[in-house]
Amino acid sequence: MGAIEKQRHILDFTLSSLGRRKGKNIALIIVYTFVIFLIASVLFLADSLKKEAAQILQDAPEMTVQRLAAGRQDLIPLDYIESIKAIKGVQSVEPRLWGYYYDAFSGANYTLMVNADLNDHPGAILIGAGVTRRSEPGKPPQSLRKNDRIPFKTYEGEVLTLQVKGGLPAASELVTADLILLSEPDFRKLFAFPHDRATDLVLTVKNTKELATIATKITRIHPDSRPILRNDILRTYDAVFDWRGGVILMILSGVFLAFIILAWDKATGLSAEEKREIGILKAIGWETADILLMKFWEGSAVSLTSFFLGIFLAYLHVFLASSLLFEPVLKGWSVLYPHFRLTPHIHSYQIAVLFFLTVIPYTVVTIVPSWRSATIDPDAVMRM
Amino acid sequence: MILQRKSDVFFCSLLIGVLLLCLMFVDAAVGQRLDRQRIQERRAIVRALALTDLCLTTEARYTRHPSMADLHTPFQDHPLSLDHFPSGAFMAPPPHLQLQAGGE
Repeated sequence: MGAIEKQRHILDFTLSSLGRRKGKNIALIIVYTFVIFLIASVLFLADSLKKEAAQILQDAPEMTVQRLAAGRQDLIPLDYIESIKAIKGVQSVEPRLWGYYYDAFSGANYTLMVNADLNDHPGAILIGAGVTRRSEPGKPPQSLRKNDRIPFKTYEGEVLTLQVKGGLPAASELVTADLILLSEPDFRKLFAFPHDRATDLVLTVKNTKELATIATKITRIHPDSRPILRNDILRTYDAVFDWRGGVILMILSGVFLAFIILAWDKATGLSAEEKREIGILKAIGWETADILLMKFWEGSAVSLTSFFLGIFLAYLHVFLASSLLFEPVLKGWSVLYPHFRLTPHIHSYQIAVLFFLTVIPYTVVTIVPSWRSATIDPDAVMRM
Repeated sequence: MILQRKSDVFFCSLLIGVLLLCLMFVDAAVGQRLDRQRIQERRAIVRALALTDLCLTTEARYTRHPSMADLHTPFQDHPLSLDHFPSGAFMAPPPHLQLQAGGE
């Protein structure tokens, strides 16, 4: 009998043996698939978010300058603009006016931002796709349409009613879901915002290689300022969703360790039926190596089936179902939540990491303890 | 009958698994090509409005705009007002803040 034919006979026998304990093995495959599904979903989601952020935020401001007061971000005086403009290499300095507004009607937080194009249209606003779903808590969302009016309570206690003039493209929901664009006079009136202040300043420079030098010069001229470079923004999203650090990995490693313990327990605590099976096999002439081979195939069959199923389901979950299961975690206490579909990004490194984190440990954990049972005297096993 | 033995069924299902894996790579590549336009639209909005962050969660300002946050935002109101927003649990602090905290 050839080596391949021998392996196939052992595999045939292993699969029949697994079939005899159908209920137990199906339950194991379901749990195992779920563990791989969870780990793969986290990997796929984190990586796609990082890639998406890196692509979209490539056009974020080259440098943003904030002012800090007592360690917290504060409004920046507009007269900083002239002194920063005077630095060699700075091309333009523009003030940004933006802030947060808590909408008591819906319980949602909006990001309000001044758009210069609306300065000639006071009272008009452009809203993000998430804001169009504004509704009273517990009631079905009523979609806001063009010309609908939204009342805002100003910081001086008055009511400022702004009219929806249009919506921001739905494709941009990942960056604009909670955004309301309005004119500068409306913004200053709503927040009683001082006329000589802005939220922060955005800079463009002639040569991006000089960004760090310009940032140093700004902090020298204005020690209370904090420049944030575009690279800092890009690195933020690289770090924020790094699955190798933080709570996500801790939770997932807990789940995986629990699974390894389960697999170890299953393998070490062989049932009387399994032990008798090993005894009979040895009595009819199977070698210890053949039994270990059988256990290897058993582990491979279970882990590879779960691996392929788990990865495939994770792909569907993240890229087709928009990470439905993670929504409550990402959403937290947010009332407004963006509906977005991520561009699929997977690479062989992720698949290799998943394979070595899941299939290899399970297969090893199944074989090693079985070696002990495989070396027992068959007569003793069958008498048990 | 081709699949007479259980091992045949097993190898066929393995093959299907590998094919599904390859299909995922193909689908991802096609999806990336089809989404180029959408990415360009998003980039245009980011450029036009000078946006700095993704809108992934709106519950707290330091998770809505993590790149704009300062070191003290999770302790929003007083020194012992610890981070209580769920999104703060899975989002790591921006590296430039960690550098500042460690380097200055």
